Amino acid sequence: MVVQALVFYGLAFVAVASGVMVVVSRNPVHSVLFLILAFFNAAGLFVLMGAEFLAMILIVVYVGAVAVLFLFVVMMLDINFVELRQGFLRYLPIGTLIGLVLLAELILVVGGWTVAPEVPQALGTPIPPPNEVSNIDALGRLIYTRYVLLFQISGLVLLIAMIGAIVLTLRSRVGVKKQSIETQNARDPADVIKVIKVTRGGGV
Amino acid sequence: MTELLSEYLPILIFLIIAVGLALVMVAASFVVGHQRPDSEKLSAYECGFEAFDDSRRQFDVRFYLVAILFIIFDLEVAFLFPWAVSLGDIGLFGFWSMMVFLGVLTIGFIYEWKKGALEWE
Repeated sequence: MVVQALVFYGLAFVAVASGVMVVVSRNPVHSVLFLILAFFNAAGLFVLMGAEFLAMILIVVYVGAVAVLFLFVVMMLDINFVELRQGFLRYLPIGTLIGLVLLAELILVVGGWTVAPEVPQALGTPIPPPNEVSNIDALGRLIYTRYVLLFQISGLVLLIAMIGAIVLTLRSRVGVKKQSIETQNARDPADVIKVIKVTRGGGV
Repeated sequence: MTELLSEYLPILIFLIIAVGLALVMVAASFVVGHQRPDSEKLSAYECGFEAFDDSRRQFDVRFYLVAILFIIFDLEVAFLFPWAVSLGDIGLFGFWSMMVFLGVLTIGFIYEWKKGALEWE
């Protein structure tokens, strides 16, 4: 139990510290790398709560794919660091406002649990204890049957993302020579090879 | 709960060893190694390109397209894991709900194949 508490405080501290570094670091690439560190620590916190599947998905999807995409975006944008810093004070009020709204929401959620501890039990589907049902099994029992509509909508969202990405970014280049295996196989040797009898000293 | 976490104890020990080893190596190279800084050591050798150039240059947007397509199929596979584990409990309805999901994404896959988004040229 002591080890568990120590690991929690370690992971939580690094997660919060790297979150702060995401905001304040000067180089956007460093921000993305700190974001990856925050993802890893959040995955560790998920493991501490017994949500193994979510932890692994966080690493596979967020670290493996989303963070790489962020890096692409950051590297693709032509960012001038001096100009980037100039907007800091200008956007400070609205950033603080959004932060305060988020903080208030978090306090409301946590405060609601403290005031009324029976709220988590009153949910439509109570969370099964992790030593009876594993995290991945508990999720699987809900996603595909009870939340089938949300599941199918997520499939449609993925489809739209796929089509949108292709429509926006795919452009075929002109003048690119491609290999066409059908044309190669359909080529008749009789059409392209000519056997010529060459007489001695006569030339072709 | 506790036995679940005790399975993760080796990973925790590995993490501690990895962080400790990395710190020791960096610190040891500072302490043991000879430090004779010279600007010529950092400059490019003969016709080599500049080592400390701006790494931020624009590259082909198709890398981005491949990454997005990868994420989408990554998520599709992520949805398959809980489905495979709990297939015994969710019955025929759960089975077909996944089949519809896969069908929708297969439509996108056929579209992407026919459009040539998977070809690199």
